[in-house]
Amino acid sequence: MDKICRVNMSDLTVTFGDVPSAWAGLGGRGLTSTIVSAEVPPDCHPLGVNNKLVFAPGLLTGTAAASSGRLSAGAKSPLTGTIKESNAGGTAARMMARLELKALILEGLPKEKAWYSIHINKNGATIHEEHEVEGLGNFALIDVVEARFGKRVGILSIGQAGEMRMSLANISVKDPDSKIRSLGRGGLGAVLGSKRIKFISIDDEGTPLVKLADPEKFKEASKRFSKTLQDHPVTGQGLPTYGTAVLVNIINEAGGLPTRNFTYGQFDGHEKISGETIHDTIVARGGKPKHGCHPGCVIQCSQIYNDADGKYLTSGFEYETIWGIGAGCCIDDLDDVATADSVMDDIGVDSIETAVMFGVAMEAGILPFGDGKGMIRMMREEIGKGTPLGRVLGGGTANVGRIYGMTRVPVVKGQGIPAYDPRSIKGIGVTYATSPMGADHTSGYSITTNILNVGGHADPLKKEGQVALSRNLQIATAAVDSTGMCIFIAFPGLDIPDCLAALVDMINARFGIELTMDDVTNLGKTILKMERQFNIAAGFGKEHDRLPEFFSLEPISPHNVVWDFTGEELDAFWDF
Amino acid sequence: MQTETVQITVKLFASFRAGRFVEAKQTCVPGTRIADIISRLEIAPKDIGMIMLDNRHAEPEQPLHAGARLSLFPLLGGG
Ligand code: SF4
Repeated sequence: MDKICRVNMSDLTVTFGDVPSAWAGLGGRGLTSTIVSAEVPPDCHPLGVNNKLVFAPGLLTGTAAASSGRLSAGAKSPLTGTIKESNAGGTAARMMARLELKALILEGLPKEKAWYSIHINKNGATIHEEHEVEGLGNFALIDVVEARFGKRVGILSIGQAGEMRMSLANISVKDPDSKIRSLGRGGLGAVLGSKRIKFISIDDEGTPLVKLADPEKFKEASKRFSKTLQDHPVTGQGLPTYGTAVLVNIINEAGGLPTRNFTYGQFDGHEKISGETIHDTIVARGGKPKHGCHPGCVIQCSQIYNDADGKYLTSGFEYETIWGIGAGCCIDDLDDVATADSVMDDIGVDSIETAVMFGVAMEAGILPFGDGKGMIRMMREEIGKGTPLGRVLGGGTANVGRIYGMTRVPVVKGQGIPAYDPRSIKGIGVTYATSPMGADHTSGYSITTNILNVGGHADPLKKEGQVALSRNLQIATAAVDSTGMCIFIAFPGLDIPDCLAALVDMINARFGIELTMDDVTNLGKTILKMERQFNIAAGFGKEHDRLPEFFSLEPISPHNVVWDFTGEELDAFWDF
Repeated sequence: MQTETVQITVKLFASFRAGRFVEAKQTCVPGTRIADIISRLEIAPKDIGMIMLDNRHAEPEQPLHAGARLSLFPLLGGG
């Protein structure tokens, strides 16, 4: 039977309890946001004794459903001060589901200055004091933990940035090849660090298969669902071949590729860092263009990128990272971008926040635009070692902007704006402004309809229809984020009606319930409103649902457009 | 008498590049539509995901002007 595990770091105790009935139908983001809303005082300090860090696999995680192995993490964010949910692949979610662990809740703060780990297996969970892992990067840490528990062990961990409670810090999730995926956004690594937990190891050895209420019905729905992923050209061909970086050239053509800290909409070096170039480089160097971030992903948008000598350099090399380090900081050497990606995984920082922050740092004159080697050095030597400058940088984009007196500081609710300029792609601007997570493209990915002609088309340069589009996408995403599904299922989801119908059928067959599509939409609405309520109680009003002023003052080339939504227009987002 | 022609630039992306080109100048008669260039390049209309003309989304029926920059993409996504 499903259970909830609570680890109290104040008195170093572990308890397992039944799942309250109100939480039974929830998973992933729906569950983490519900628990955070119910148990974390909105006005608490994110690194203090009252914040809780919650991990939850999705409703379908652990089953044979394609691409369902995502893990959600939630807490009050030290970066934004809002509620936060971040999700990632890797092997941990599936193991939690096999262990019938609906949620893992980390509470309290230890009294001693020691470091701890938590080990979870079929016999329960135990807390250990750690003596040999302090100061380790994530890759070295994975070696240590695998040596202790075997190659198969699932790992959630922090690097040096998390230990130092930097707002850039993320939580790393081990992937099937002992490499790293990231619960990236919002500084959740600092929350784990504040609780002095260096890693959580998970072993699902000896657990039974996840139970299905109606195995036949599940199998049939799961087949239909997989077929839609394979039939849609984006999930069936585009993503596995070129990865997400195929967007570099697309967004550059559309004039929405934020370049030189959001000064221009196009980057001269775009071809050198494009998905097409990455694909050819990977093939020429004997890497893998196609790779899954967790077992059971049929889309496989990830890849293995080797260096010039054919040795592994990085994986999970995503568009947003490549954009931010590349165009955002004017670095057109792909190997420098890949090296930066790997260093960020190792020290444990969010690659989006770090890249956006470096754009501001370069404009502030801390290092020159285009200086890839200098940036990599600063990541390792300043941020990784926690020097005074490293602490400034490690505080994130808004922090660096404030300390250096900058005005072009691309953040919403303190979180760096990713990869798509809101002036020339207005639909995503609405999402950045209104998402309870702060600037987060994944929470309502209007790029689909604004740029990619998936789910219809809305002119990215016009305001018409953008608020409704972002609203519908944010509602649907909040629901999908609760299933354990990768958000890329939205591509077939928007174009092939049977995709979402099959998804609902799978949930029903898994639990023996009768959800309708409307129920799922209502779940998305409930989650969004609950998250907003937390933010209001934490001191965020509608005046925080705005983009920084410079977007309204500085036109961006090539379209020479500014951000022109009024506050009233944005506030209408919440009319549902 | 010489027939009047216009020069345009065509850029291709992702799988459209295979066996074709990345960027090339094309000469055409005035009034040529985007669809004519697509068929000249032997790209099946159903494979077209996005068309951009001078950095804006465009439709196959739109005519091409001198100096136009036409970008053709298969259906792609990321995020
Ligand atoms: S599509 Fe990509 S990000 Fe999504 S689950 Fe598969 S490999 Fe992971």
